[in-house]
Amino acid sequence: MLSKRVIACLDVRDGHLAKSVKFLNTQNIGDPVEKAHEYYIDGLDELVFYDITASSDKRNIMLDVVEAVASQVFIPLSVGGGIRSVSDATDLRLAGAEKINVNSAAVKRPELIDECSAAIGNQNVVLSMDIRKVAKSSEIPSGYEIVINGGRSPMGLDALAWALEGEKRGAGELVINSIDADGTKDGYEIGLTSMIAKAVRIPVIASGGAGLPEHLYEVLTEGHADAALVASMVHYGDYKVSELKGYLHDQGLKIRMSW
Amino acid sequence: MTLIVDYDAGNLASVKRACEQVGLAAEFCADPDRLRNAQRVIFPGVGAAGSAMTSVKARGLDEALREVISNGCPVLGICLGMQISLDYSEENDTPTLGLIAGKVSRFRMDRPDLKVPHMGWNEVSVKQPHPVLEDIEAGDEFYFVHGYFPTPRDSSAVLATTDYEGHFASAIGKDSYIGTQFHPEKSGRVGLRLLSNFAQWDGQC
Repeated sequence: MLSKRVIACLDVRDGHLAKSVKFLNTQNIGDPVEKAHEYYIDGLDELVFYDITASSDKRNIMLDVVEAVASQVFIPLSVGGGIRSVSDATDLRLAGAEKINVNSAAVKRPELIDECSAAIGNQNVVLSMDIRKVAKSSEIPSGYEIVINGGRSPMGLDALAWALEGEKRGAGELVINSIDADGTKDGYEIGLTSMIAKAVRIPVIASGGAGLPEHLYEVLTEGHADAALVASMVHYGDYKVSELKGYLHDQGLKIRMSW
Repeated sequence: MTLIVDYDAGNLASVKRACEQVGLAAEFCADPDRLRNAQRVIFPGVGAAGSAMTSVKARGLDEALREVISNGCPVLGICLGMQISLDYSEENDTPTLGLIAGKVSRFRMDRPDLKVPHMGWNEVSVKQPHPVLEDIEAGDEFYFVHGYFPTPRDSSAVLATTDYEGHFASAIGKDSYIGTQFHPEKSGRVGLRLLSNFAQWDGQC
């Protein structure tokens, strides 16, 4: 039986680690390579780097970060942020990323998912979705809408429909990121995660809102997620990765406990 | 010299980095003549069986691989590189190398609770002691990403199993050949230990 995964997400801006709260006011919290290695040694199952570098001339810094991490961290490494083409994806793969995450660019041009999965394999293409709760309407029947630009631009696209389209186009995994829950530490958005996880046949990673170990347990059981993404709760030292995994294991979940 | 066979089947850099981490100097190689003289060979690969076999044959790497194995050179197949060591793969209905008798089948899709590909960390239970699998303990998990799995004809070729849709062979081997369905290069410390064991293996069981 597969273990449930604990994934840490590191937001990187200009080569430095940043943590966004509601995607605004990012603050610098350290060296991504060092942090990645620390989590790896402590039993992390997978790493995600999200490049939030604003200026395009600094984007190559990310390739250096990925390369440095890949030479000392031997677990799957996923990278997202600003991937607009197969060549962006290939550059990151060559630098050492296992999987690439597409988000806004895929919303604007869905063929990007097909192109990337044809080029690097379905299993390596992760569709990351930023989602906000809205009133149900004929346009948004699920009551959850896809947003981009860090939550500032609603796209008039239903989150459930987009998840299904992403799967059909060849995404190998989905990240369900709740903009409402992100940074709140009040827990993942269970209803949203469960709704999408039950509708697709590909693994689902829950993101946004983790503050307590119980939140991970909740989303991995009730939320039907295959993996839970954590950020600030481990970045600031509130919890260690090993502590979270130990807790989930003690609650009876199948978790990788030897590393 | 250890050669990592390069036949356009995915990104091989992570395998090379993991080898370097355990002190195994490795180079990429797509030349059958160089491959024939290798001291140690890693045969990785992700992608589809059909195009992988086409590419292996077009480069003449199939004959070279058979030759190094018959000379007792240690060879490690990983994921798709392991799958094409059997006789046949259901994927693209492909006749494969036939280094190990048996076939490769797709996970059935009839259980809604099981997702295909089988992706993530899962336990590997060693069924037969083998120098490369030494120190793997009960409960140790490795990283998998695959939709097809191998079934060797002779149970003597099954070195380890993993439970997903029932038990499947997650490590297989014969003579100086060993293949893993999981990715040791992405499996943390236990994966590196396996690569380090392979680096020291003389090809004898």
